[in-house]
Amino acid sequence: MPGFIKNPKDFFAGLLFLVIVAIFGWGLRELPIGTAFRMGPGYFPMVLLIILTGLGVAILVNGLRTSGEPIGMIPWRGLALITFPIIFFGATLKGLGLVASLGISVFATTLASREWNILYAVATTVVLVVASWLIFIKGLGLPISLRGPWIGGY
Amino acid sequence: MIELLSNLAIGFDQALTATNIFYCFIGVLLGTAVGVLPGLGPVATIAMLLPITFGLPPVSALIMLAGIYYGAQYGGSTTAILINLPGESSSVVTAIDGYKLAQQGKAGVALFTSAVGSFFAGTVATFLIAGFAPPLAEVALKFGPAEYFSLMVLGLAASVALAHGSIVKALAMVVLGLLLGTMGQDLYTGAPRFNFGLVELADGIDFVALAMGVFGIGEIIRNLEDSTERKLVYSPISNFRYFIIGPVLLAVAGTLEYLDIGPSFNFLGHNPNVLSMVVAVPSLGLFGYHLSHLMKDLVPTKEELKSIIAPILRGTVIGSFLGILPGGGAILGSFGAYTIEKRISKTPERFGKGAIEGVAAPEAANNAGAQTSFIPMLTLGIPSNPVMALMIGAMIIQGIVPGPNVINDKPELFWGIVASMWLGNFLLLVLNLPLIGIWVKLLTVPYRVLFPAIIAVCCIGVYSVSNNPFDVYWMAIFGVIGYFLIKLDCEPAPLLLGFVIGRLLEEYLRRAMLLSRGDPFVFFQRPISAVLMILAILALVIVLIPSVSKKRDEAFREETK
Repeated sequence: MPGFIKNPKDFFAGLLFLVIVAIFGWGLRELPIGTAFRMGPGYFPMVLLIILTGLGVAILVNGLRTSGEPIGMIPWRGLALITFPIIFFGATLKGLGLVASLGISVFATTLASREWNILYAVATTVVLVVASWLIFIKGLGLPISLRGPWIGGY
Repeated sequence: MIELLSNLAIGFDQALTATNIFYCFIGVLLGTAVGVLPGLGPVATIAMLLPITFGLPPVSALIMLAGIYYGAQYGGSTTAILINLPGESSSVVTAIDGYKLAQQGKAGVALFTSAVGSFFAGTVATFLIAGFAPPLAEVALKFGPAEYFSLMVLGLAASVALAHGSIVKALAMVVLGLLLGTMGQDLYTGAPRFNFGLVELADGIDFVALAMGVFGIGEIIRNLEDSTERKLVYSPISNFRYFIIGPVLLAVAGTLEYLDIGPSFNFLGHNPNVLSMVVAVPSLGLFGYHLSHLMKDLVPTKEELKSIIAPILRGTVIGSFLGILPGGGAILGSFGAYTIEKRISKTPERFGKGAIEGVAAPEAANNAGAQTSFIPMLTLGIPSNPVMALMIGAMIIQGIVPGPNVINDKPELFWGIVASMWLGNFLLLVLNLPLIGIWVKLLTVPYRVLFPAIIAVCCIGVYSVSNNPFDVYWMAIFGVIGYFLIKLDCEPAPLLLGFVIGRLLEEYLRRAMLLSRGDPFVFFQRPISAVLMILAILALVIVLIPSVSKKRDEAFREETK
């Protein structure tokens, strides 16, 4: 951490808000602003962006002036092992069906645990897939197939 | 008074149908079961369980959600008492004396007090809602766009003032929420906003994906940081193994009945399954037998009972009034009630060391507040806290626009919800006292089993909203964003509030400006609007005054201890 950042939590929070402002500011280009009397689609977001810029700068500056605690450890492995299985689930549910898609996703998320062993992982996966089938498909009647078209289902 | 009763009669007529009682029951049961799990407060619980209500008719869906809310709230108190781990801020004070009582072997008494106090407060609050909501809705009908805008600003300001930690960050989170809410189509011109060239963003971000991502997934990632296992101090159930057999067998019976395996017979026009009945009858007997044993652990002594009556009454009054305030909800009430009990007590030194009054008053207050916070939501369409924001989200999904018109246009819905509040509290009482043993056991589910389950439920839940994989992706993205925001000490609750209110806020702003020909001072020229605006500004200015902000910091520090 460079020395000029005295309060990293504030500094990076401010930075995050400013990055978001930049992304939305880019999206604002194509929106007509209008006037206060007849506001266009871009007026309200523009006002918000101006306020958020001010707040973001204030938080960022606070991070340079006051001292604060360090951010601490970020569980990158856990973060990836939670996020990617969720995305995998979204991408494959239609194609693979509930059993394969949820099974693989849940199995992968269990890897995020520090006390991983094969028995626990398999047991959790099986129980969750069966419970999801009972609750969501049998019980609530959600239109999700058990075996998708990619693996010879419907 | 007569009108009040006849209105409540409409409500009970709605709420007391077999179907709605069933959904309320399921809601309370699920809410408690999820809310009792460590790290899951009411907001996360409701966000997670929201999708299962989608297929229901509006009245049943909202009744079930309200049930989930009470259940989750109660579940939070249970964890506060048993493992000193409050599910949300409003049960923080409960943990102070409740946990001490549990350590002294009086967990059963503390849980009983909490349940009875909550039930009493809930009953009173139901009548308050029935009495106050209609006149308030009447007033609200006279509101113009300027008044609405100011009222929402007040609500947002209050939520900022009451957020933990930095005010500036909380403000930034509200604005970010409002900004995320502008994604999708423009209200008036239909022009696409901030879709960044993605067709999937044409309708903006799904509210459920945001709520589940930030509160469900974000929380899981954060919990993966520490591997410390939570320890249970004391289980009020001595012979738990026998106690659980009854309910488990009952569940088996229910499953058998549902799957309809084997022959069935005719019984008063119904066709119960033979196998399921064979399992069900002895299980009920077992359950009852152990229930009678259990009650010995739970019921307080005469002296204890006497000492909790007055605190419950005081807590109910304090909680009810503070709950109506925008931004208030349950938290203010529980803090206020605890402070007052300690101040007027003849033996204040007992507080913090296991005083039963210290459980009774805040528990009554937080339940009363949790319910009266429905008043601004149902009559004005303005959420006073994140839970109400979720409720509004659910109402909109059901095709109901919350606001003063609901009470007139859909009286059966409005009064049905009010009546179901009482029903929910009643079910909470009859359900939770006997099931305390099970909730205690649920607390011991290791997190490594818990978090894949939460993820699975969230995934299927968010997908089922509109069968759209993009909602699932967004949930993952918001999980990561939410995690980093929590990590950087930015409270996610104001963000959710801003997101839900965003569209309405913009709509009223634009309407007000059209009427005033672009003059922003209109908000200060109309009297009601001016008062609301000044209150909003005061709320922010007061917390920014150094001496007050120092006190506020101390209060929150005490809370997080």
